[in-house]
Amino acid sequence: MARVPVQFTLNGEEKAEFVESGATLLKVLRDKLGDTSPKGGCHQGTCGACSVIVDGELRLSCLTLAETCGGADILTAGGLAADGRLHPLQRAFMDEFAAQCGFCTPGMIMAARALLDRNPNPTRDDVVEALSGNVCRCTGYEPIIRAVLTAARSNSQNAA
Amino acid sequence: MKLAKSYFADQRKDDLRELGQGLQRADVPGHVTGKTAYFADRTFPGMLYLKMVRSPHHHARIRSIDLSEAERHPGVHRILTHKDIPHNLYTVLILIQVGPEDEHVLAEDKVRWKGEAVVAVLADSERAASEAAARVKIDYEVLPAVLDIEAALAPGAPVVNEHHGQNHYMYDSGPSRKVRFGDVAKGFAEADHVLEQTYWSSPIEQAPMETTGCIVTPDGNDRFTCYTNTQAMFFTLDNTSIILQMPGHKLHLVGGTVGGGFGGKVDVTVEPIAILAAKLTGRPVSFIYSRYEEMQVSSPRAAEKIVLKDGVMKDGRIVARQVWGYTDAGAYSRHSPYGAQKGAAHYPGPYTIPNVWVDTWCVYTNRTPSSAMRGFGVTIADFALEVQMDKLARLIGMDPLEFRFVNAYRDGDMKAHRQETTGAALIECMQEASRVASWPVAEKYMNMSSYRES
Repeated sequence: MARVPVQFTLNGEEKAEFVESGATLLKVLRDKLGDTSPKGGCHQGTCGACSVIVDGELRLSCLTLAETCGGADILTAGGLAADGRLHPLQRAFMDEFAAQCGFCTPGMIMAARALLDRNPNPTRDDVVEALSGNVCRCTGYEPIIRAVLTAARSNSQNAA
Repeated sequence: MKLAKSYFADQRKDDLRELGQGLQRADVPGHVTGKTAYFADRTFPGMLYLKMVRSPHHHARIRSIDLSEAERHPGVHRILTHKDIPHNLYTVLILIQVGPEDEHVLAEDKVRWKGEAVVAVLADSERAASEAAARVKIDYEVLPAVLDIEAALAPGAPVVNEHHGQNHYMYDSGPSRKVRFGDVAKGFAEADHVLEQTYWSSPIEQAPMETTGCIVTPDGNDRFTCYTNTQAMFFTLDNTSIILQMPGHKLHLVGGTVGGGFGGKVDVTVEPIAILAAKLTGRPVSFIYSRYEEMQVSSPRAAEKIVLKDGVMKDGRIVARQVWGYTDAGAYSRHSPYGAQKGAAHYPGPYTIPNVWVDTWCVYTNRTPSSAMRGFGVTIADFALEVQMDKLARLIGMDPLEFRFVNAYRDGDMKAHRQETTGAALIECMQEASRVASWPVAEKYMNMSSYRES
């Protein structure tokens, strides 16, 4: 099958790969680049477990063709802890019991990060709306919503 | 909420400091950093992808299978049928002598539910495997199907599963599991009111975020490593050993974090065929359910039909309870004979009733095999029992919570299946619920205790 070269930045690191035409960003991240933090829960854009940020926008990597990501800046949950220091969202998810089996967690955290990046002081409704594309089957959504609001508060305290 | 520590004082040596305290999960640092390893977080050079060809019919005879076009499809490496499987007929609970073996790993002469596995295609990519699977030609003779409990038990119904011979499991106690305690006929005769109601439930899919699957590598010397998200590692190891007629020491099953199971990953559906595929091809093999397969093919909670007949006195005492419970196992046993049996012991509920009569049936239909899901055999029973309790309370004009205090089991009471009650806490839970929910009950109920002075 025809392969195409693609270069992008993944969590701040330059990456270059030959990818099969039609290969999803999810498959390339997981199978070729070894970043297994995005998960494949449905491969049809309905569960949100594969959520990543591409050029500042929240994207479903299972519906994004890798070949369309040339030159992009891609962020995943696997690269969120800078120099081993946990991001406030990661800390809040741990403290608020916002993860159980953990499979939806990387996608949830990226959806929450996309929200906080564009709206540092979200309301509860903002959080619910921002997570509406991410399915969780274990904890229920309340601890997750609480974690995002907690992270937003700790962010704004740090900024003050 | 205040913890009633005094109640448990003689049962626990510690001071219960754990309760009410937040405790971080041991595995959550891995979850939030994306480092937790799930079975599918690995890939191997030369890996083959397995795609299952499944029955489009509820019930059909297989006249012929034509693989010629699929075998010629680019990227296809091998196609497996029932002829490739050393011991094709299995049932998971044979390990604890719950037979007979009643299900084929790959269908032989018949398919008994829509979604049954018939042919396994192995190819270099998921896409090639899917395309080739669509080119497998199977000629079916469609047979009449039974799609619910009543149709299955009707006289003259088509037989779903010849390995059972009739459309229900045959226990050593006969067609049903039975509990007989006291004399229900006498109880009904003495009762002020008798209420009989029928409750139905539909199958419920566990819908874990991570679909069922495994990845197998051949390790040389006829040994294999299988990375799997099974919830039942030893069921899987032992059943695979039987199906493949291989000693267990050649099979290295590796578990890990499961991305949600809820009972949906206790059946042995992917590992034996994937290990066989790795053995026959000498290549790593990935067999992971699509989301469609997870929702349509993996076994759900069973549909149930429950008939409850209660005799109740005006003062609130239930004096007789008769239960007919039917579990829709689908086409094969899997864990349903056990689930139906569990229901038999559970049915009186957490109540002390002097006369109890229970029959629970495990019924075969041409539906997706059902199996474990969170408290199977008991959960739907509780739904029916508690709705019935509300209806009984309404019937005699009693507060539904007080009605439950009147009938609650207490330490020392003999349960219908002849196990003496110990460590009961229903009364204390209801007292707390009464306070928390601001649902007051009479003082005498708030002074009750599950303990009986001996």
